[in-house]
Amino acid sequence: MSLIDLANPTRFLALVQRTLPWLAGATAATLALGLWLGWAAPDDYQQGATVKIMFIHVPAAWLGLFCWVLMSASALGTLVWRHPLADVAAKAAAPIGAAFTLLCLVTGALWGRPMWGTYWVWDARLTSMLILFLMYLGLIALWRTVEDPSRGARAAAILILVGLINIPIVKFSVDWWNTLHQPAAVFRVGGPTIHPSLLWPLLIMALAFMLLFATLHLAAMRNEILRRRVRTLQLMRAVAQGA
Amino acid sequence: MDLGPYTGFILAAYAVFIGIVLVLIAWVLIDHRAQRRRLAELEARGITRRSAQRELERP
Repeated sequence: MSLIDLANPTRFLALVQRTLPWLAGATAATLALGLWLGWAAPDDYQQGATVKIMFIHVPAAWLGLFCWVLMSASALGTLVWRHPLADVAAKAAAPIGAAFTLLCLVTGALWGRPMWGTYWVWDARLTSMLILFLMYLGLIALWRTVEDPSRGARAAAILILVGLINIPIVKFSVDWWNTLHQPAAVFRVGGPTIHPSLLWPLLIMALAFMLLFATLHLAAMRNEILRRRVRTLQLMRAVAQGA
Repeated sequence: MDLGPYTGFILAAYAVFIGIVLVLIAWVLIDHRAQRRRLAELEARGITRRSAQRELERP
């Protein structure tokens, strides 16, 4: 099956049907390994056992950002190539991205209280991440407001591409401004500054989160394709009844 | 396992993680069942997509 064949929703559904069980199994295995490595990892010399929150907080943050970048690629697919699955992919990804961004914000607050003495501070990293979460909610609201998928797709694509500006702001906020949030410790020039005993569980958890996202995203895309088929059939029934 | 003085914060963070993942899994499963049921109801009334009709008419 070539890549162009996946533009056909029926062929895409067949592919999802075949791959989803394997993907779900790989997610469960990787997540179990990551959680076990995370709980077995040594405490940080400064933060103690609270460093275990990092193993869910950091992958959730990466995924919240990655999901918006993925939706931006889909938005280009909608606006430039009018790919039939582009809007489906973006619409299915938005609630998952919102959930992981919320997870990042909540776990960050629960990590911040014992380490910083506060759940929340209006610094650049935290505020830009909150803005990302609000943009996800706005986007979901937009899709729910416009009933016709094709009309909603273009408006959502434009909003997604405008919102892409926030992604580098989140990433580089700790470099551009003086923040309470610590600077980048993994993806930085000069390599990671985290000890390998903590870095490996973090990377395994990040892989588990990516697999979890792929599983949920494919399942949500399948649901969205079915929802559009239901809508088409309902319109056909309404036309038949009117004739 | 001794998690020190901040056990409550660590366990709360993992509880939120598990809760959000379970909600996402429930969301895709429930939504899938709902769409399949609606599609089956419409097809039972004889309303099918043109591509599905062509497949049925094929010898």
